[in-house]
Amino acid sequence: MNRFDYIRPVSVSEAIAAAAVPGSAYLAAGTNLLDLMKVGTTRPERVIDITRLPGLDRIEWLPDGGVRIAAMVRNSDLAYDERFARTFPAVAEALLSGASAQLRNAATVGGNLMQRTRCAYFHDLASACNRRVAGSGCDARDGENRLHAVLGWSEHCIATHPSDFCVPLVALDALVEVEGPHGAREIPVDLLHALPGATPERETALAPGELVVALRLPAEAADFSGNARYLKLRERTSYAFAVVSAAAALELEGKLIRKARVALGGVAAKPWRAREAEVALTGMPASAEAFAKAAEIALADALPSGDNAFKIELARRIVVRALSLAFEGTPEVMPALPASPFSTTAGAIHVA
Amino acid sequence: MSLDTASPTARRHGSNAGQPLTRRDGLLKVTGRATYAADNHPDGMLYAVTAISRIARGRVTALDVGAARAHAGVVEVLTPANRPPLAHDPDEKMPPFGFRVEVLQDDTVRYVGQPIALVVAETLEAATEAAALLDPQYEIADARTDRSNGDRFGLAAVGIGAPPRTVHGDLAAGLAAATHVTEAEYETPAQYHNAMEPHAVVAEWHGDRVTLDMPNQAMALSCAAYGAYFDIPAENVLIRSPFLGGGFGSKAILNGPQILAILAARMLKRPVKLVLTRTQMYGPVGHRGHTWQKLRIGTDAQGRLTALHHHALCATSSFDEFIEPAANASLPLYDSPAILVEHEGLRLDIGTPGPMRAPGEASGSAALEVAMDEAAVACGMDPLEFRLANYAETEPGTGRPFSSKALRECYLEGAKRFGWAGRPLEPRQMRDENGFLVGWGMGTAVFHCPHFPAEARATLRADGTALVETAGADMGQGAWTALAQIAAEALGLDPDQVEFHSGISTLPDGGIAGGSGHTASAGLALNNAGEDAIAKLAAIATADPASPLFGAGNIGVVARSGRLHRIDDEGRSESYVDILARAGQAEVIGTAKAARDPAIAEAHAMFSHGAVFAEVKVDPDLGQIRATRLVGAFAAGRVINPRLVRSQYFGGMIWGTSFALHEEAVTDRRTGRIMNADLAEYHVPVNADVPSLDAILIEEDDPYVNPLGIKGVGEIGITGTVGAIANAVWHATGVRVRRFPVRIEDLLIARA
Repeated sequence: MNRFDYIRPVSVSEAIAAAAVPGSAYLAAGTNLLDLMKVGTTRPERVIDITRLPGLDRIEWLPDGGVRIAAMVRNSDLAYDERFARTFPAVAEALLSGASAQLRNAATVGGNLMQRTRCAYFHDLASACNRRVAGSGCDARDGENRLHAVLGWSEHCIATHPSDFCVPLVALDALVEVEGPHGAREIPVDLLHALPGATPERETALAPGELVVALRLPAEAADFSGNARYLKLRERTSYAFAVVSAAAALELEGKLIRKARVALGGVAAKPWRAREAEVALTGMPASAEAFAKAAEIALADALPSGDNAFKIELARRIVVRALSLAFEGTPEVMPALPASPFSTTAGAIHVA
Repeated sequence: MSLDTASPTARRHGSNAGQPLTRRDGLLKVTGRATYAADNHPDGMLYAVTAISRIARGRVTALDVGAARAHAGVVEVLTPANRPPLAHDPDEKMPPFGFRVEVLQDDTVRYVGQPIALVVAETLEAATEAAALLDPQYEIADARTDRSNGDRFGLAAVGIGAPPRTVHGDLAAGLAAATHVTEAEYETPAQYHNAMEPHAVVAEWHGDRVTLDMPNQAMALSCAAYGAYFDIPAENVLIRSPFLGGGFGSKAILNGPQILAILAARMLKRPVKLVLTRTQMYGPVGHRGHTWQKLRIGTDAQGRLTALHHHALCATSSFDEFIEPAANASLPLYDSPAILVEHEGLRLDIGTPGPMRAPGEASGSAALEVAMDEAAVACGMDPLEFRLANYAETEPGTGRPFSSKALRECYLEGAKRFGWAGRPLEPRQMRDENGFLVGWGMGTAVFHCPHFPAEARATLRADGTALVETAGADMGQGAWTALAQIAAEALGLDPDQVEFHSGISTLPDGGIAGGSGHTASAGLALNNAGEDAIAKLAAIATADPASPLFGAGNIGVVARSGRLHRIDDEGRSESYVDILARAGQAEVIGTAKAARDPAIAEAHAMFSHGAVFAEVKVDPDLGQIRATRLVGAFAAGRVINPRLVRSQYFGGMIWGTSFALHEEAVTDRRTGRIMNADLAEYHVPVNADVPSLDAILIEEDDPYVNPLGIKGVGEIGITGTVGAIANAVWHATGVRVRRFPVRIEDLLIARA
């Protein structure tokens, strides 16, 4: 049996001390970890329950206009926080397009950042998976891989990162605050998740025992509040991971793009910031041509990893659409179908 | 809702039956008091867990039984080495419907998910862990998982005993006479039932008698089959199945895991519970098999069919045959001088498929209705006009009359409600205010009308109420309610005065809850039992000089509102209470057996019909599809409870949406493993995917299908809907997708 110690620390420092022992895993809401433990994909020896740590459930506005979100804030609470949704609308839209209402009520900000890939071969213990067992091979490479990565993959791993939330976060230069055995540090979300290379088992930049205690969005991220969208294609309207998704944010002066942010989801082992596309947009008048050029640049290095060449073209198109929607402006109210291409359709009465 | 009892509708549909009553069991269910199989915990109960194969083909060479047995709490580990004998050979079919089952008869592995051991322990956790400790070792053979490596074979039958090949007329001549032949291949994936309630059983033996708490769609047949496996009389098997959390065909047929749990209970002389996990339901309990269907439709210059050829290649397991009777969907609908439908089997290393809601019709109609749309386009005709031009007034090929067929009314009413008129013939002509492509498509719905033999008992009690009994199954469709309405009608009582007992195999055989035939089958038995009780009551009254009905025996009486009335003088009547009181009888018991009259069945073609109209919107660049409107008009004979019937149509239409746009088991072609065997990754629609639904109940009077005039409504909603949505996608985009489900990448076409 996967026997494990269950530890319920009363402070962050106690949690970190407990997690210094190899084989430890932090337990937040458990919406991902417990599933993985049930199927045996992960078998921690020590589960450190951080759900009762004090002070990890606050949304704190910083004097400079940025925001600090403690790691145990629930996805729903953050998405429905009025000031947060108004200031960082693409992040709120991404949150509401993820999982299901029930899961969003449980899942936490820190847990979302740390969620694992949905690659079926990662979950299937009978399959080879370098991410699960280093050096064992990758059965996805020649397997059922129409939804796998088209950017940043390697022969060792073609998995994607499943988060919606993280996509606008990397676009907006969010940081995570981490505490660990060797003190506290900050990591840009863009550097939190690792590309697979030859070591797909190293999924994040966190050192053993390090704990995400908070997420910060810088004040500058608020400059995009009037023109920011998240858009997600999926095989059903709720409770489905992205086929591809995109976050786009613009700071405009009339039609002129002063600053642009573009990131893609569902295409790589990390949320994929398209910096060169942003550079190409900066200083340009917003136009269909400019958006198309940005999309070309964003996907310039894309390659199919299997039966998924369509995702490259789809990703280009979703970049164009996300930029167009961002240019049109952030909707006055959260769409009934957040992040759906049909978010503008009248008569859509369900929040997915 | 009050009913004008003098109206023709009320005379035909009845004053009790015909009302939109809410479910009798609704309150129990929404308050959690309805007891499902796995809610039972008899004293001393053990937990059983199957260990399942993770390879598709080969042999188990080793199991670490020692490790499993050594685990604390483990009571027994069943493997092929020690599994007690069964009285029926599991490698032989169990007539009439039973498949070969995998019950540890040997070390052969035939599919992923096959039980390879059963662990029984004091706790679920111990059994689960010990099953994992078995750490099976395999000798692996290459898995046959696709058309490219499966073995094709000829068939003796498809579905449940249906002919695999039917020919009417001269196909070659029909094709030669055509001015245009539409020819294409369509593919439907493997789909799994995914009932909310997993398969479960709590088995408890007392000597040579066994009690089984289990969800079951066919109790009498199951008792006989379990009796055969365990060498006991069928009447020694007691099945309690008051509620099913969905069955969809998967709970009508015996399966290996449940047999093993029952066997373990006998072996260990303690009650045993087995509940499959979601993943364990992808293998031993049936599924809708993968099909590849070729259609050829010949049409003449007037858009009339000259030939219809439907060939279905249907996947089944390596060791048994259930063949999705897909091509037979092309037999009853369209008038063609030449029709050939035929099936071929494909052996794969998978669990044996089985009936899944609208078996045959769902897959076959999906292909046929898209092909018909393609043929209409080829003829330059509106799809509805094309179908009307090829409307079958009698059963194609045989010329038999339909017992009733209000399909034309379905077409016209559905089209009117949907607003079909004015639909442009060409695709990609309509946009909404947001620039999304809009498409309209339609499909014909059809389902046959089986009738199963059934029995019932109706007891009129001294207080004027009644108890009616039949061993029926409520899978969520509302059988308790509709069947009680029929019984109340026959007894001349309000439904509130009728106590309804069902869901236990000791009651009179309620037949099978399948084939959309439960209401008709069990309902007719209840009706006849009620009439029998009334006849006995009338005999008492009319023979009693003290009764106002004395001497009316030859004239006849009618039962209404708890009283018998003289037919020729309704003012002369007497209450049931008074009749029984004076006779000094505590009750009068009516019984009945009911079945379809074979002569009438032979002389008529019997089908439910419908027409489904769909609107979809498609993002022109991104290919995201949204079904936005579905209107279905259905004619299925007499409607007992319009609320429940509408709900059944909605359920079918939602399933059709799922078939068209969402559902698919993704199999790794190398290993045969299903890579999305859970509800997170196997996509069924969520509420936000379900469009505005409208189901129209078309009046239909059927004097032949059965004396009650009831057809079936449980499955037809899927048929027609799949094609309607796929055709609407074509109409929106100009892209003809012939593989289900329709995916985003199918629609990644050149930018508008």
